[in-house]
This record gives sequence, C-alpha cells and structure tokens, in this order.
Amino acid sequence: MPRLSYRRALTRALADEMTRDESVVVLGEDIRVAAANVTTGLLKKFGPERVRDTPLSEQAFTSFATGAALAGARPVVEFQIPSLLFLVFEQIVNHAHKFPLMTGGQCAVPVTYVVPGSGSRTGWAGQHSDHPYALFAHVGVTTVVPATPADAYGLLVSAIRCDDPVVVFAPAGALDLRADVTDLAAVPLGRGIVRRPGADVTVVAVGHLVHDALAVAEELAGQASVEVFDPRTLYPFDWDGLVESVSRTGRLVVVDDGNRSCGIAGEIIATVVERVRLAAPPRRVTRPDGAVLPFAPALDRAVQPGRDQLTAAIQLTLKDG
Amino acid sequence: MTGSDPLRLYRTVRLIRRFEERAIELVRAGEIVGGIHPYLGQEGIAAGVCAALSAEDLVTGTHRGHGHVLAKGADPARMLAELCGRVTGLNRGRGGSMHAADFGVGVLGANAIVGAAGAILTGAVWERRRRGADIVGATFFGDGAVNEGMLLEAFNLAALWRIPVLFVCENNGYATTMPVDGAVAGTIAGRAAAFGMPAAAVDGQDPEAVHEVTAAAVARMRAGGGPELVEARTYRFDAHHTFEHQVRLDYRPPEEVAEGRSRDPVDIAGARLDPAVRAEVDAAVEAELDAAVEFALAGPHPDPATALDHLYASGLTARTGGG
Repeated sequence: MPRLSYRRALTRALADEMTRDESVVVLGEDIRVAAANVTTGLLKKFGPERVRDTPLSEQAFTSFATGAALAGARPVVEFQIPSLLFLVFEQIVNHAHKFPLMTGGQCAVPVTYVVPGSGSRTGWAGQHSDHPYALFAHVGVTTVVPATPADAYGLLVSAIRCDDPVVVFAPAGALDLRADVTDLAAVPLGRGIVRRPGADVTVVAVGHLVHDALAVAEELAGQASVEVFDPRTLYPFDWDGLVESVSRTGRLVVVDDGNRSCGIAGEIIATVVERVRLAAPPRRVTRPDGAVLPFAPALDRAVQPGRDQLTAAIQLTLKDG
Repeated sequence: MTGSDPLRLYRTVRLIRRFEERAIELVRAGEIVGGIHPYLGQEGIAAGVCAALSAEDLVTGTHRGHGHVLAKGADPARMLAELCGRVTGLNRGRGGSMHAADFGVGVLGANAIVGAAGAILTGAVWERRRRGADIVGATFFGDGAVNEGMLLEAFNLAALWRIPVLFVCENNGYATTMPVDGAVAGTIAGRAAAFGMPAAAVDGQDPEAVHEVTAAAVARMRAGGGPELVEARTYRFDAHHTFEHQVRLDYRPPEEVAEGRSRDPVDIAGARLDPAVRAEVDAAVEAELDAAVEFALAGPHPDPATALDHLYASGLTARTGGG
C-alpha cells in the first residue's frame, strides 16, 4: 500500500462508499472542482446527480440533505469552513437530529457532514478557524475527529454507513499528513485507541493534537511513561476504553482544541473522576474561554493549545499527589 | 387527479373542522397538554391541495398542521392519540401536535420551526425522483415564513434544480400577532417571481378553488415543470394557540374577526352538496371522531423508562442523566 495522504483517504472513502452504495450522494460548495481537494474525481466518476455542487445556501442544502435522507439517500455534505456549522446548527440539531425521536422512530436521517480543514489554518482569522466539535457532542450528534489518514478513511466510511447524522471534523492540522496505510478498513464509531502505551499518565488528545501529544510523550520519555489515548469519536465517547487506561495510570491530562468552558476536555475530566479515583488532580490544555482566533500568526498560535502547555500540564500532574 | 369531487372536499373540510373542535375540548379537559394551534377556518387549503395529490406524493406541514396530516390521509384516531401523548399515536406519543407525522401516507411531519420544512421536502422529492418515483411534493407554510431566509433558499434550490414542489403559503393575515402589512415588504407572489417560479393567488376559503389551482400546478409539475407557489388567502377563526383562550391578546379587531369568520369553508363546501348528503357526511364524521376520541383516550401512556427510545436510528444508547 502506497503512502496515503489524509485528504486522499477522505476521497477514497467517499469513492468507495459511492461505488458500494447507490444511495450515497455528495453535496457541497465547489465540490465539482474539489476546491477543498477532497471530492477530487467524484463528479467525473459518479455524475452530477450524485455529486451536486450547491449554491451558497448552506441552510437550505443542509436541510435538503435531511429530506433526501428521509427519502432513502445517504447524503454527505461538505463544508469548506468549520464556522459554517454555526450557520447550519439549527438544521442539523432541530431537524436532522430530532426527527427520529419526534416521529416515534418512523425515520432515520443518515447524513454525514464533513469539514475538511477544521480549526486553525493559520491566517484565516476569526470566522474561519473554529473547532466546534463539543457543540455537537453536547447536543448528542455523533462526532468524530480523525487524527490519521487511516482513521480519516475508516471513520468517514463508518459515518456514511451510520443510520444517524455524523459530523466528521478533519482538522486542518492533520490534512497534510501522509502515512503508510496497510489496512484500509472501516473504523468503528465510538471506539478510541491507545496510540502510545504508558504507565504514569494518560493524555487524551483530540484530532491533530494526537501528534503533538505523541511528540511530547517522546520528549518526556526519560522522565515519565506517557500513555496517549486518541478517542477518535467524541460522541459517543469510548468511556470504557479511557477508564481502562486511566485506571492503570492514575493520572489524566486532556489536550483539546476547543474553547475551555463546556468543552470536551471538561466532559472527559468530569466523567473520568466520576469513575476513577485519581492519584493527582486532572489537568486540561485548551483554547481560552470564548476564544476568537486573532489574525496575526503569533496571536493565532497563542490561542491554540501548544506543546509547551501540554508538557507543563503533564509535569504538574506527575508532581502532584 | 383532475376534476374536483365536492363530496370528498366537504368530507375532508368537515373532518378537520370537527377534529379541531374535539381537540380544543380535549385541551380544556386536560387530556391534551401544551395546547394546539387550531387550523379552524383554514381547512379548505389542506383539503383542496391534498385532493390534487396522489398517495405517493409527499407533504410537510406546520405547527398549525393537523389539517395537512388529516387531509393527506392519516388516521384521525391515531392522530388524536398522538395529541393526547399516547403510545398508540402516530408518533408513539413522541411528537405531539406540532410534530405529527405519518410517513406511511407521505406526511414527513408537521414542523414547528417556521420556514424550515421547505428545503426538507425539496430534498425528499429530489431523492424519490432520483430513484425513479414520479412524485411531486407540497409544503405548507404561513405568511410568517416568507420572511425566513431558509425558505427563500429553498425556493432557489427547487427552482434552480427544477424539483416539482408546490410551495403553499397559507396567508391568514397574521404571523402569531404580527399582521402581514407589518412584516412583508413587497408581496408573497413577488418572492416567487424573483426565482422564476409561477405563482397564483387563490381564495383559501373555497376548497374547490384551491383544488383547481393546485391540480393545474400539479399537472404542470408532473409534465416536467418546476416548482410553483400558491398563495391561499385565508383567515384563522380561532387563536394562534389555545393559550389565547386564557390570555386575550388584542391584535384583531372584532369586526375583522366577524368578517373573516363569515366566509366559512365548511359552509362554502357544504352548500355544494344536497342537504341530505351533507347530513350523512356530518353523521359519519361524528361517528368516526367519537371512535377516535375513544381510541385516543384508551391508549396507554408511554412508560417513562422509554423516554429516549428512537433518539438514535442506529441503536446508539444515550447515557442517562442521573448521578
């Protein structure tokens, strides 16, 4: 298997699922020319009835996908900009997510929302740099944040096959990754993975931050044995997998590219301390409360969780208790 | 369907009228919690539009949606059970008045977010047609919805992609308490014109007139035409919501209400029937609704342990909220 890029993994997942299942269609802005470099080649292969370039009407085409799903389709909706999710939050939450319960189980809404380039892309400033995955976990929409090309493929495949709405955040910080992928396969939703085994502390890292956590773990290898847990799916979260890890290490640090208040890091810590007696207070590294990413690169970086902060948090946790 | 059927139109209008009156009684009796948005006075629109649709065609309704669901063919007994929150209801007691749905008869749900259903229906019709079904759709909305961006976006998508959706505006003069004159710049038909959609205005109090306009639009759509808009001018006889029965809001002059109520779709449709036939229909509707009330009130209440059943079609189980 040749080296696979993260973006091409997403492309492969779309193409494979469209080949396997006629009900899979793709909607989004500029997808015919693959402006986000994900839908590359799909129009030519599958035609305009299944690869539908949309006008700039995010609310309408998001609900159009809901309707298509009610009628039997498995639409994939691509958003080039993470902040557009704020614009369509109503359509996803109030309609796509609520229809199965409100109708008493008369329907399913198997729509996948893909954001290739979530979080900061450096220089895209306040309205193009958000990472609002915790919002979807909060409302109970299945939310995945693949960290690697293999997971990008496997989680997108599982998202498309899922009978419920799924949001796939493909972090900008992971899009340029390439990896030797030997096993291109579906990755189950709701299942985390230990990326690096360790004995002294569990670091939960979300999305592209998995790679920062692995780098920090390597740097600290002489001082401490750091386990890196990649949840992969934020909702439903693999609580049992994480509890198993933290039960062994007794310490927990979370690194999360969301805002601090009501972020996924807070939920992870709360759930773990409900179930595990820790040896030291848990810590989290996040964006600040209410963060808006400023434009200038140094300011943009200053607001995102950094390796130095993570290193410091791990060291503090190891020192405590 | 061509040619109207006065008996069928009257029967539907009468059924919705008496259903709503029974429902209001059940609100007062405490059997329907949360109240309802009565469709009284607007029955001719649902009856006329749905008479022009086939069983496979799809519709979406509104928060004032009982009429749409009934006119498309849902069982009044299961509908009433839904309003009463029973497991025997259309939605197993999970939707209630504002979300009643019956996918089996092509009702993809009443939808309580104003202006939201148009794009959903457009997508559903598109997908069914992609699969080879020769269907059309009708989406009902009020005059308040014509100022919602997402509905205007749906007009654009449907027109751009020539998806046969009939956009049915039930203009009852008020968005809750806001009069049309205080809310709508330009005209409702003008919004259709902006997207190159044909638009017609019709007397919404006359189900036959509504049917005629709808049948012509549906015929054009089935022949390959794109979406169209019908503005059905009507008057809401009762409250925006039954909470107004307790809290009187002063926004409609009594003379206006009296004049509005003077053009009653039940009378207009009924006058076209032989009085003996009309009396037979009335008796049959009463018997059907007697049975519906009995069915609704006999249905079991849902078990609280099942409160989040159907939250996920995939079978995912949500964490509970307890400590």
